[in-house]
Amino acid sequence: MTDTSLLINLGYIAAAVLFILGLMLLGSAGTAPRGNLLSALGMLIAVAVTLLDRQVMDYRYIVLGLVIGSLIGAVAARVVAMTAMPEMVALFNGFGGLASLLVSWEVYERTPGITLYTALTVYLAVLIGGVTFTGSMVAWGKLAGKLPGRPLLFRGQQWVNFLLLAAALALGAVYALDPGSSYGVFLAGLSVALLLGVFTVIPIGGADMPVVISLLNSYSGLAACAAGFVIGNNVLIVSGALVGASGIVLTRIMTRAMNRSLLNVLFGGFGAKASKAGAKLTGEAKAATAEDAYYVLESARSVLIVPGYGMALARAQHAARELGEALEANGTEVRYAIHPVAGRMPGHMNVLLAEANVPYDQLSEMDDVNPTMDTVDAVLVIGANDVVNPSANEEPGSPIYGMPIIEVDRARTVYVLKRSMAAGFAGIDNPLFLKPNTYMIFGDAKATLQQITAEFKD
Amino acid sequence: MDAHTGIFLGFILILSIFLGFELISKVPSILHTPLMSGSNAISGITLVGALVAAGSTEGSVLSTVLGTAAVAFAAINVVGGYLVTHRMLGMFKKKKEEPKKDD
Repeated sequence: MTDTSLLINLGYIAAAVLFILGLMLLGSAGTAPRGNLLSALGMLIAVAVTLLDRQVMDYRYIVLGLVIGSLIGAVAARVVAMTAMPEMVALFNGFGGLASLLVSWEVYERTPGITLYTALTVYLAVLIGGVTFTGSMVAWGKLAGKLPGRPLLFRGQQWVNFLLLAAALALGAVYALDPGSSYGVFLAGLSVALLLGVFTVIPIGGADMPVVISLLNSYSGLAACAAGFVIGNNVLIVSGALVGASGIVLTRIMTRAMNRSLLNVLFGGFGAKASKAGAKLTGEAKAATAEDAYYVLESARSVLIVPGYGMALARAQHAARELGEALEANGTEVRYAIHPVAGRMPGHMNVLLAEANVPYDQLSEMDDVNPTMDTVDAVLVIGANDVVNPSANEEPGSPIYGMPIIEVDRARTVYVLKRSMAAGFAGIDNPLFLKPNTYMIFGDAKATLQQITAEFKD
Repeated sequence: MDAHTGIFLGFILILSIFLGFELISKVPSILHTPLMSGSNAISGITLVGALVAAGSTEGSVLSTVLGTAAVAFAAINVVGGYLVTHRMLGMFKKKKEEPKKDD
């Protein structure tokens, strides 16, 4: 080992240690900012020592790429709205996959007489990177509203996916026979991977995005891992594995919170059609006004606010915090109950509320809130639907039966802020709306919250 | 590069995955979004490979184009990922004063 390569490898060890420490410090909100800085320092070290590599001869294109990429990244990080974080993470998942694909392709392009081992790892990295890239672009399109959010299903879809996967493997086998002279086969395999990414994500509906985005996050790490095998680099493998594990852990948390298996999310086409299961609901929901809600909230001791994706759509997080503050000033205990799959990505609601200056000690998890539900005087459900649907507990025929929910129906009074009586993303009726202790406040959630807050000020 | 290296790297891969599971399961759910954007930044580690790809003078024009594009995309992840995570984490604040209690 030369002195330079020793230094480079020591730098990589330092980088890996800093990434690990960074993730450890992410264990609490207080230490997390420091963790992020340590992780960034690790990346800086990894990049700096790599520039010493004797294979790096020409810095012009490196500078070009770094300037373009850093500018785009810095601007995006500065201007992105917190409501649009799922879109940004989806894009970044895709870019991570694409970068790994490009790095591996470049190795194939540059290396004449490539060994079978390298050829196979290149193919693997291109497959994972390709699926991650186009899959993430479709996920981004759905999240950003450029593509319809509902599941796009067609007949024989699963067969198409199966055939694409089989084609990718068959092409890989042909390519492996003689990698050096199979450029065409390689490119065909790359194209199949890109198609596979599109076709696997297109049938998945908007409400299942937290699962998909977590899974693609994992894939982007695995793509970096595969690229690490291609260039024989430890730090890529360690970092890629950490990201891959992170995505898998999040995916599991999300699927558990939906009481569904990953296969069901990927192939189920959930929410494509309104469910026929379960008895048709009878009865009528009771409407209330902001003023009615004020009188109840004004005398409440404990209030729970349950946000959902509708809060993000209505941009009502600031109005929610203002009402929360008015309630606290009135001596009421205020908590925000957050379901793991509320919103479009893991932790989405927490970030929106943090942005609106809600202190993080008021953000409660479902499992902490449910045991105390009987002592809650009033609940405000803001743009959430399926995550508070009691069918999950009461109606064995319901598609969401068994899903853990925030059991707001056990609270004394429930106000549901909602645009209309339309069903949630899962397309399921919600018997909560018909319960005797539930009142609907129709209209724009933001305006409703502001009206209630105004009552407190009068 | 040969299969022996592959086995050695695979060993590191397996251990890192277990470590990853341990670390990530300790991250509280309120921080899951910063965790994901932070992971985006870490997955930008491919930048290390991309730098070599773009800086090498051995390959063809296509090599340089692929390398440069890889540097750009990985840099978006690294720079964008760390900055947006930093911005987000700055929003998480503890409550400043105790609210008045009514009981």
